[in-house]
Amino acid sequence: MSAFTQRMTQDEYYRGVRMAPYDLVKELGYALAGVAVLAVILAAAFSSPDVAPVTIAAWAQGDPVDFVTTATNELSGSTISTGYGNPYNTNASGQSWGPIAPVLWFGTRIPVDSATAFVIQPLKYASVGNTDLGTALSTWSGASSDQQAKWLKAYTDALGKATVKDGKVSVTDGDYGPLPTMMNNLLGVAQSGGLDGLLLVNGRFYQTDYTQGLLFMGDGTYLSGLAQQANLTGSQWGMMNETGQYPGQTWLWLYTAWYQVWPFTSQDGFLGLNAGNADLGIVILMTVLTAALALVPLIPILRDIPRWVPIHRLIWREYYTPKGKAAPRT
Amino acid sequence: MSEQTLETSNDRSWTFRTRQWVDRVLPMDHLLPHRQPYYVGSWVYVFGVVTIAALVWVVVSGVVLSFMGPQWWHDSSLGHFFNSLHFWSVQLFFLFMVLHLWGQYFMAGWRDGRAATWMIGVVIFAASILTAFTGYLSQQNFASQFIAVNAKDAMNAGGIGAFFNVLNFGQMYGLHIMLLPITVTFLVVVHIVMVRARGVVKPIGPEGGSAS
Amino acid sequence: MDAPAHYFDWGFIHISYPNLLVIVLMIVLFGIALVAPFPHGSDRDV
Repeated sequence: MSAFTQRMTQDEYYRGVRMAPYDLVKELGYALAGVAVLAVILAAAFSSPDVAPVTIAAWAQGDPVDFVTTATNELSGSTISTGYGNPYNTNASGQSWGPIAPVLWFGTRIPVDSATAFVIQPLKYASVGNTDLGTALSTWSGASSDQQAKWLKAYTDALGKATVKDGKVSVTDGDYGPLPTMMNNLLGVAQSGGLDGLLLVNGRFYQTDYTQGLLFMGDGTYLSGLAQQANLTGSQWGMMNETGQYPGQTWLWLYTAWYQVWPFTSQDGFLGLNAGNADLGIVILMTVLTAALALVPLIPILRDIPRWVPIHRLIWREYYTPKGKAAPRT
Repeated sequence: MSEQTLETSNDRSWTFRTRQWVDRVLPMDHLLPHRQPYYVGSWVYVFGVVTIAALVWVVVSGVVLSFMGPQWWHDSSLGHFFNSLHFWSVQLFFLFMVLHLWGQYFMAGWRDGRAATWMIGVVIFAASILTAFTGYLSQQNFASQFIAVNAKDAMNAGGIGAFFNVLNFGQMYGLHIMLLPITVTFLVVVHIVMVRARGVVKPIGPEGGSAS
Repeated sequence: MDAPAHYFDWGFIHISYPNLLVIVLMIVLFGIALVAPFPHGSDRDV
């Protein structure tokens, strides 16, 4: 008999097998009622998780130095998003495993210029009626890239020891050009909630795409710091965890497990798979494993294990050791 | 009309031939049999129907949530209750689906021409994971933010991030309430039809079904 | 329920107690399903 077809009819297949009453529809009725009762009890007793989202405003208020540092790093091109590569930009080649580099196949389909989108453009909006900011922006755009780089380096170093005074980020004296003005204005826009709006709306009115705001928050440490506390990060099996005391996506256990083990935790790895291309490696691995699960009926040993493990003898114990029942009648 | 003309016109009728095919593959007494082989006598057999029941409540609670819009459950305690129903129904759905998978694996339910039924089952598992994933991304809370920021790396590395933007709420929500539940439901119907068309597999062993 | 969960650590395994409970519950349920007697309809042929 082929794995996929059964040439005989059900009458032929079950010839000689004793049939017994079995009410499938009643069974479905019981199942519907039982699950409904369970779901209502669980929902009433435990509710469901709903930790409020982080806003850029909360970030800017909660950790102004990290906010300003991140914004500065956007300009110097040293954030995750600026150095990401496809699909946002071409500043990196992304993950690859030998010749396999799916990230390159489709190009820059979600273009994001982080420095412009997250810093310069919002500041341009904010500079309407704010001559100091307008001047600072002109100074910035009029400077050579060498000069910009010098200011950025000096300011970034100073931010390492920055303090917060009167809601503004304060650094030791130095030659930072227009950066302190720009950054403290951006901080003000952010703390008021304006940046959440600007990065979402993008000059339109209706929007449902949060790419910019999320990429910007992902560049800082505020969001990831909260995630770390909630055990949601990749190296904490975060994929299968939930906020609070709720069960998470436990079915992702194998997917997230790979991130915790060699070679995906090692810099050197194995056969070119390592921590650097773990996302790609694990995507490939899980695709292969899922296909293998689907193809179990065709895979020797995997398809034979059920015969060797006596669990089926429990499930069909009436068949294997009938207790004094008559042999199947034809 | 003469008999011969009637017969040839029946042969040319797609409707007639379709009905004949359905009658052959899935007659009503195979779709809704009131008896089963005597060896269908284990609680392991109920995991499939309980999974279906959980899916029904996932969809019903989901329909209520989508009717009221994605913000409702954050602002209304009734809405939050329906979200809780949806959340726990999903937990029950996966719990019983995996128990059903374990049961079918140890029964080698793919034997005797049932390999495609098993394969469709695995596809349903994968499609359900994808559906749940888009649901987690649609919560519009802290969890969905971090899931999005983290998951984008896997999607991008795999190439599909160019088309499947987990940071795009509109896209994820649309997939979650429309395309993916329809896909899962359709596949579940196909899976059930395949089970009913062939009947439950015989026990492993010489007098039972084939050993592999 | 919103307080952070506690975690069980064993080697490289790091699992929340709620998740561990779900998995243990599944194994227990499967075990019970294997051994619990199943109600039968009438044994006679119909």
